[in-house]
Amino acid sequence: MSAPVDRIPRSEGGAAFDRPVVVANVSRRRFLQGASALGGLVLAVGFSSAARAQEPKKYGADGMPNGWVDDPLAFVSIAEDGTVTIVCHRSEMGQGVRTGIPMIVADELEADWKRVRVAQAPGDEKKFGNQDTDGSRSTRHFFEPMRRCGAAARTMLEAAAAERWKVPATEVEAKNHEVVHRPTGRRAGYGSLAKAAASQPVPKRETLRLKDPSKFRYIGKGQLKLVDGRDIANGKAQYGIDTRLDGMLYAVVARPPVFGGKVASFDPAEALKVPGVERVVEIEASPPPAHFNPVGGVAVVARNTWAAMQGRRALKITWDDGPNASYDSTAFKATLEEAAHKPGKVVRNNGDFDAAATGAAKRLDAEYYVPHLAHATMEPPAATVRIANGKCEVWGCFQSPQSTRDLVAKRLGMSADDVTVHVTLLGGGFGRKSKCDYAIEAAVLSKAVDGKPVKVTWTREDDLHNSYYHTVSVEHLEAGVDAQGKPVAWLHRSVAPTIISTFNPAAKSEAPFELGMGVINVPFAIPNVRIENPEAVAHTRIGWFRSVSNIPHAFAVQSFVAELAAAAGRDQKDFLLEVIGPARQVSPEMLGDTWNHGESPERYPVDTGRLRRVVETVAKEAGWGRKLPKGRGLGIAAHYSFVSYVGAVVEVAVDNKGVLTIPRVDIAVDCGACVNPDRVRAQMEGACVMGIGIATVGEISFKAGRVEQDNFNAYEVTRMAGAPREIRVHIVPGDYSKPMGGVGEPGVPPIPPALCNAIFAATGKRIRRLPIRDQVKV
Amino acid sequence: MIPLDINGKRQNVDVPGETPLLWTLRDELGLTGTKFGCGMALCGACTVHVDGQAVRSCITPISAVANRKVTTIEAVGGEAVGRALQAAWVDKGVPQCGYCQAGQIMSAAALLKRTPKPSETQIDEAMSGNICRCGTYTRIRAAIKQAAAQQGGTR
Repeated sequence: MSAPVDRIPRSEGGAAFDRPVVVANVSRRRFLQGASALGGLVLAVGFSSAARAQEPKKYGADGMPNGWVDDPLAFVSIAEDGTVTIVCHRSEMGQGVRTGIPMIVADELEADWKRVRVAQAPGDEKKFGNQDTDGSRSTRHFFEPMRRCGAAARTMLEAAAAERWKVPATEVEAKNHEVVHRPTGRRAGYGSLAKAAASQPVPKRETLRLKDPSKFRYIGKGQLKLVDGRDIANGKAQYGIDTRLDGMLYAVVARPPVFGGKVASFDPAEALKVPGVERVVEIEASPPPAHFNPVGGVAVVARNTWAAMQGRRALKITWDDGPNASYDSTAFKATLEEAAHKPGKVVRNNGDFDAAATGAAKRLDAEYYVPHLAHATMEPPAATVRIANGKCEVWGCFQSPQSTRDLVAKRLGMSADDVTVHVTLLGGGFGRKSKCDYAIEAAVLSKAVDGKPVKVTWTREDDLHNSYYHTVSVEHLEAGVDAQGKPVAWLHRSVAPTIISTFNPAAKSEAPFELGMGVINVPFAIPNVRIENPEAVAHTRIGWFRSVSNIPHAFAVQSFVAELAAAAGRDQKDFLLEVIGPARQVSPEMLGDTWNHGESPERYPVDTGRLRRVVETVAKEAGWGRKLPKGRGLGIAAHYSFVSYVGAVVEVAVDNKGVLTIPRVDIAVDCGACVNPDRVRAQMEGACVMGIGIATVGEISFKAGRVEQDNFNAYEVTRMAGAPREIRVHIVPGDYSKPMGGVGEPGVPPIPPALCNAIFAATGKRIRRLPIRDQVKV
Repeated sequence: MIPLDINGKRQNVDVPGETPLLWTLRDELGLTGTKFGCGMALCGACTVHVDGQAVRSCITPISAVANRKVTTIEAVGGEAVGRALQAAWVDKGVPQCGYCQAGQIMSAAALLKRTPKPSETQIDEAMSGNICRCGTYTRIRAAIKQAAAQQGGTR
């Protein structure tokens, strides 16, 4: 779920980069008049290509398209009744961002949370800054800008009060939704000051007084409930699939069963006989690259979803399967293994692996396999489009509303200025909803029915058959160890189709952002390290899936370290700490990692002290070393990703029939300081369950180019009975003056290896191929 | 015309009898709280009550619920058990994306009506038809127990 912005233009032509810097105060008058009046300063952060070439490399939010905005006029409005409306410009998909981002603003604003409302921003990055909700970036990129938003609005309210009372601004102070004049105790509520505050100048960034973290009232406290919690529990929350407009038509699409295929011929006659079916429309296949374009197919447009589905069943379509018709997962695994057995492109080389391995006391090797996965968001993709009077409106569950806007505009031949993208709640995202192919389908269909609103709903089968799949990979590891069993030489060959293939079909090598997910940037105290990346060809759409390449990389690396520990007869935790080595700060560049999750190598070095601490913390909290009954075992793993550090201890129980259960998982996270600790816990709990699902049951496989899994009966995900009985999350305390890390994704990668290491501890059975499924049963 | 009793409201709908209850609720009646997740009774997102029993509305033809009492997430708060569960869901911070939670609450409400003091195993059995892709299961269990305790039932 992590967009490598330096490699992939989100809108073709890189339009976002080709505009000069524009700073224009578009509208001030409507400021502070209510939720709908969000006019304000527009700060377009853009650079000409020529200027960009000379610019020093940008990191963090600065490096993202359209960067960040910290203008209170864009994010905060206050009504005369005192209601504060705070805009959340990132998409809510379960990570709690609609609570967390407004909480940051409200804290600095000294707003009373009970009087805060949250409004969702439409896709408009010039106004709000980057909106790509992926890469576990929302909080770490917007903590500081959102604090400044709140502090600026607070300063404007204070200035308005000081002006009204004709007292120096230094004598007034905003506190809990009112401004107080300290010497006299006079008070004025935010509502009464709203209009006057609107005419105050926006204070300069460098003059802002940010709160001392000891004065935070919401940040880091975790006492606030989710802003959408009640609506979710009452069934009132609106997701993309819930959009209803007057005169709306409902569509489902029959898509090519093989990626790269197209419609050869079709007969709509029977479909058109289904009561309620209005139109059958062919959607043209998009030429390569796949990008975020629809794969084409035949759409049935009807008066309700069920009629559309029935109509689709009645369609007669002959497909031309195209070049991927022989894609077969079993054969492809062999292809990847073959590549993994030969040298590949060297992407990191320290010391001399061959010499050290030859001279080592012992050599070990192992190979690990992780199959394709599908996100299977509980809400399948869904989008609604209406075109009227030269304007297009889009509603849906989008992780990337700006690219949705740009790409819908491009497909319709309209200006993006004439396209509005309304972002609903997302019923899960996990990277799938970063790609707006379903919105483009709805746009094409709306245009075909004269602009009438059309909602496209994907069924579960559509979702599993036409996803942007997590890659499939073979990870080959070799080590030379000394007489004590400690590795002195480390070779890792990672072979996997790259996400770049979705944007450039010729791409066969992992991109820096994939290698930088736990294969080259492994900070072990091993003198001779060689990392290789043999080529692999993609035969389907490869895309970001929560935690991305960290999943196979961490599975391989953390399993292999445990295998080395077992071979040395050592305690797995002690051995892992020894391999990590002493606490030190390692430059990602020294590890060959030019990406570093898009963050500055100086601000975000790889800190082995922090990696050690999560190992030590989780081991202590889990009672590592405790005596367990027969058939039980503990496994440990730790991984650095999304500039956070996570360690996990999984406890398994394997009964005499080989049935696996998970009584308990401990997980320690160091993501720096937290905004909403309860949501950090929730993300770790969820990551743990998803990681267990990936390890135990998750697999998408292809036969004759077609995905073999149709629905949740074949594509299994963890259910309650398979989930851990208990998950204990341990948050390593952070410091608000230090850079923050990601939270949404870093919890997943250590779980599969910790689980498999626990199975080894319990049974002596080593799992190298995911999913585990019945490999534990004897 | 099929006569329906949805959330205590008697009404007629004009759809083919084989139309699933799910799509009738969502598309014809505008009750979008009941979610589509799989269409094959595999995920539980569409769970509603028919005469108090948990039913997967995605495979239930509308003709099968004629004149029977259908309750959806929009009205389950009108019952003490539903109200207690909704409060526990908010209090425990159960939802992440929240999409599956209407179905989870409906399954849990049917469980507590039938079994006011469910054991861990009974909770697992009653809830294992409901998938949560965000993985909120430990909190769902905790919320069910809290609601059960509040209703006077604990083990």
